[in-house]
Amino acid sequence: MNAAGAAPPLVAATRLSKTFRNGVAALDQIDLAVPRGAFLSLLGPSGCGKSTLLRLIAGLTPPSAGAITWPGGQGARIGFVFQEPTLMPWADVWHNVYLPLRLEGIDKAAASERIAATLAAMGLDGFAHVYPRELSGGMKMRVSIARALVTEPQLLLLDEPFAALDEITRFRLNEDLLRLWRQHGWTVVFVTHSVFESVFLSNRIVVMTKRPGRVAVEVAIDLPYPREGALRTAPEYSAECRRLSQLLAEASA
Amino acid sequence: MSERVLRVAAPVAVGLLILIGWEAVVRWNSIPPYILPGPLLVAETLWRDGPSLMLSLLVTLRITVVALLAAVVLGAAIAILFAQSRLLELSFFPYAVILQVTPIVSIAPLIIIWVNDTFLALLVCAWIVAFFPVVANTTLGLTSADRNLVALFRLYGATRWQSLRYLRMPSALPYFLGGVRISGGLALIGAVVAEFVAGTGGAETGLASRILEAGYRLEIPRLFAALLLLSLTGILIFAVLSWVSRALLAHWHESALPEEE
Repeated sequence: MNAAGAAPPLVAATRLSKTFRNGVAALDQIDLAVPRGAFLSLLGPSGCGKSTLLRLIAGLTPPSAGAITWPGGQGARIGFVFQEPTLMPWADVWHNVYLPLRLEGIDKAAASERIAATLAAMGLDGFAHVYPRELSGGMKMRVSIARALVTEPQLLLLDEPFAALDEITRFRLNEDLLRLWRQHGWTVVFVTHSVFESVFLSNRIVVMTKRPGRVAVEVAIDLPYPREGALRTAPEYSAECRRLSQLLAEASA
Repeated sequence: MSERVLRVAAPVAVGLLILIGWEAVVRWNSIPPYILPGPLLVAETLWRDGPSLMLSLLVTLRITVVALLAAVVLGAAIAILFAQSRLLELSFFPYAVILQVTPIVSIAPLIIIWVNDTFLALLVCAWIVAFFPVVANTTLGLTSADRNLVALFRLYGATRWQSLRYLRMPSALPYFLGGVRISGGLALIGAVVAEFVAGTGGAETGLASRILEAGYRLEIPRLFAALLLLSLTGILIFAVLSWVSRALLAHWHESALPEEE
């Protein structure tokens, strides 16, 4: 977790650029290293290309220049959570979470134990046979995260997953996510435009500039884990938030 | 009055009023039955000629149902092919449109000349009218799966078949069913139009031939009775297909959900 990082990072971007076909330059010469086990947030204003960076890491879109590299070997098992829950409306919770395993060719019987464990971890026991439309926004997002976790990913990519949720739900999901991260030791890259959320969750924050997206500054957040609700009102948390707000304002100027 | 009762009672009341008005106008003005028969006379004719008209209805219904089945199966298959390759879709879609927009009455005589078997000829005509909504709707549905879900499938290395089976087909189901509902009505129209063109010949005559025949003989009450049977059949087809659609989309699609309380 230290900034120097003796071990090779899980994934790195070198001079990564992305220009869309319509000529919009989303990312410009991004250099980024994601240490193993890190909870790294990409923080920036809307339109700074942070979601694009996430999609590039996932391999969902090719870079225009530069490269994504996996220093420890070839790739990683990735879980991806979108801004919207992105569930299949025709399938119940169980089958939505089963999807990644089904695509891997694992049959239902073999998958059922893992699905049950993942549903339990996300607080979804008893919801297995409920359809997405019957769920609240927060519960839908829990299903979406459960689907990303069921494959036991090494790298979890989250694209502003809680932006559309109310504050109470968002705080609970923040805490649940942190708890699971500490239990499982995944590497997390979390995209957000919220200073408070990024400081609460991450141990590293990459602040990005607007159009084209560049890395403005990368900072470590040394607040000790486990971080719980009480931290949100602690003075050291406020101090970090103030510092990050300052950096974000400078980057957006 | 509750919504459910109103849903049945209101249209029935309107229908009764129209029938009473119709009967009154016919009697009041002493309109002869070969111009406009009153509804009572039509009902009486339907009762008397019912068995023989029913036989004709079965002929028309057989063409309609087989044409609809062919439209559903082939339409869905064509749509799946279109969804597999943009090139295929771009190459062939315009021809599907041409088939659709060419009035069936103008090509039916050709088809009847080319295809020896009358049943098959009528079937082809009805199919041409009925298949397009299934193709167009299903193609639209197959290609409008949620972008992020498509990305997710790619992320998990889904095969083409898996994407089709677990993502594109379920996404397309509501569109497909919407197309089938339109095709149901069109298959009946296609069958009737083709029978009109084919004329009154042949051993087995459908309802359209009976309508033509009744028209020639100025048996207008029977014409109305046959017409009534046709529209009842159309309504029945629509109702059955709507029911199937709701049953298949229950649980998840907005169209099949009960009204909000």
